Amino acid sequence: MKKIQEEQLENQDIEIRLLVEGLYQKYGYDFRNYSQAHVKRRILNRFNLSGMKHISDMIHESIYNHKFVDQLLMDLSITVTEMFRDPTFYKALREEVMPVLRTYPSIKIWHAGCASGEEVYSMAIMLKEEGLYGKTQIYATDFNPVIIKQAKDGIYPIGRMKEFTMNYQKSGGKGSFSDYYTANYESAKLLDVLKKNIVFATHNLVTDSVFAEVNLVVCRNVLIYFDRELQDKVIRLFVDSLPSGGILCLGSKENLQFSDHYTKFNPLIPKERIYIKKYQL
Amino acid sequence: MSQKKRYEAIVIGSSAGGLNALKVLLHGLSEGFNIPLIIVQHISADSENYLIQILNDIRKLQVKEADEKEQPMPGMAYLAPPNYHLLLEPDRTFTLTIDERVNYARPSIDVLFETAAEAYKDKLIGIILTGANNDGSKGLKKIKDFGGLTIVQDPETAEVASMPRAAILTSAVDQIIPLEEIAPFLNSLTDMNPKS
Ligand SMILES: C[S@@+](CC[C@H](N)C(=O)[O-])C[C@H]1O[C@@H](n2cnc3c(N)ncnc32)[C@H](O)[C@@H]1O
Repeated sequence: MKKIQEEQLENQDIEIRLLVEGLYQKYGYDFRNYSQAHVKRRILNRFNLSGMKHISDMIHESIYNHKFVDQLLMDLSITVTEMFRDPTFYKALREEVMPVLRTYPSIKIWHAGCASGEEVYSMAIMLKEEGLYGKTQIYATDFNPVIIKQAKDGIYPIGRMKEFTMNYQKSGGKGSFSDYYTANYESAKLLDVLKKNIVFATHNLVTDSVFAEVNLVVCRNVLIYFDRELQDKVIRLFVDSLPSGGILCLGSKENLQFSDHYTKFNPLIPKERIYIKKYQL
Repeated sequence: MSQKKRYEAIVIGSSAGGLNALKVLLHGLSEGFNIPLIIVQHISADSENYLIQILNDIRKLQVKEADEKEQPMPGMAYLAPPNYHLLLEPDRTFTLTIDERVNYARPSIDVLFETAAEAYKDKLIGIILTGANNDGSKGLKKIKDFGGLTIVQDPETAEVASMPRAAILTSAVDQIIPLEEIAPFLNSLTDMNPKS
């Protein structure tokens, strides 16, 4: 019995590797160095929902059926996010990082892997309250075009506003959160003034390169899906995008410590995974 | 069961009533217990991980939160962080994800057990303790399918019986034993392991 299970596992893994390879060759989406256990779970989820007979059938489907690929890309993206996620992080940003940014004549910020944009609008609100929004340019990128479109719209289910409001308050918000959106029965739309200095664009951290020098990179809960090699490659992108003294923010469970590039940063607020790029040695 | 079999990891799932059950289990382990423990205890999303502190005070194993890319080591117990799923990679390192909840839970026991079963195959022990839902049942079955050893806390001795009961209904488990007897049973297995 054990042997059958192991052979099935081996076969499954081969089929999944071929599917991932196919996605890369056909569309350039490169999941080859994502966490294997994670990619497998997502693909098998889709397989179970699809009613297909073999995992390999998904290879054919993903090459010929664009709807299916969009679906699969969504499955592999994990776009779960919220406004002011981890309020203590935003509190630290407000109290420790904003004062640094304030000293600059102009500010550039890159949100990498911004999903549906909640994180970006959280930043915009904070910048506004700190009186810094006017001199800021924000680049908000994600490799998933569907989710970037949603980010641009900035429309969220009304049901989420309670949670967002609580996060906002815990993060040290200075105003009333409801001033930042207009609501109807189903949804809340963030104000256009928040969008004024934000550019939304698709950008793939695995296959695309540096596009601007920025003072602050925010890349949260993206690297956890990558294997160590890929993490290093992406952190390299951030190193190259930041000047000395530039700031890098990762997710609460992401760590620079094991990266090859660790020596290029000093921890600024270790608990919140906020790092500062060293001045040239 | 073969006398020579060596186990390389133990995964544990607990929910309602889990804190007390985990305390009893850890207390009962012998000094120098040398199989790593990997634990999913259902816990609310914004709780600081106070559990770690409490379990660490028992001083049998060093208890810490599982870090991404970390490799489980003997003498250690790892807890899934609140609000993240904990997965094992084929190379036996941890991955954390924020995918949607599974069985209404994040971390989910099934997610840990299913990925651990593939990583450790027949070198794995899976344990389901007290709890109020059915998370972990599918995962425990998978551990069994891959030749691992499966243990369920006797529902009669569980603070909340439904999770162990669901596990027993889902697959043929190897041991259904009272909470107090789980640690001695595990000790008896590691005695067969060469001293590290
Ligand atoms: C879990 S979300 C994180 C959203 C937000 N940063 C947060 O922390 O709440 C991960 C995002 O990373 C994006 N992503 C995954 N791989 C990527 C890649 N190679 N390049 C750019 N974005 C990627 C996904 O599409 C998804 O929107």
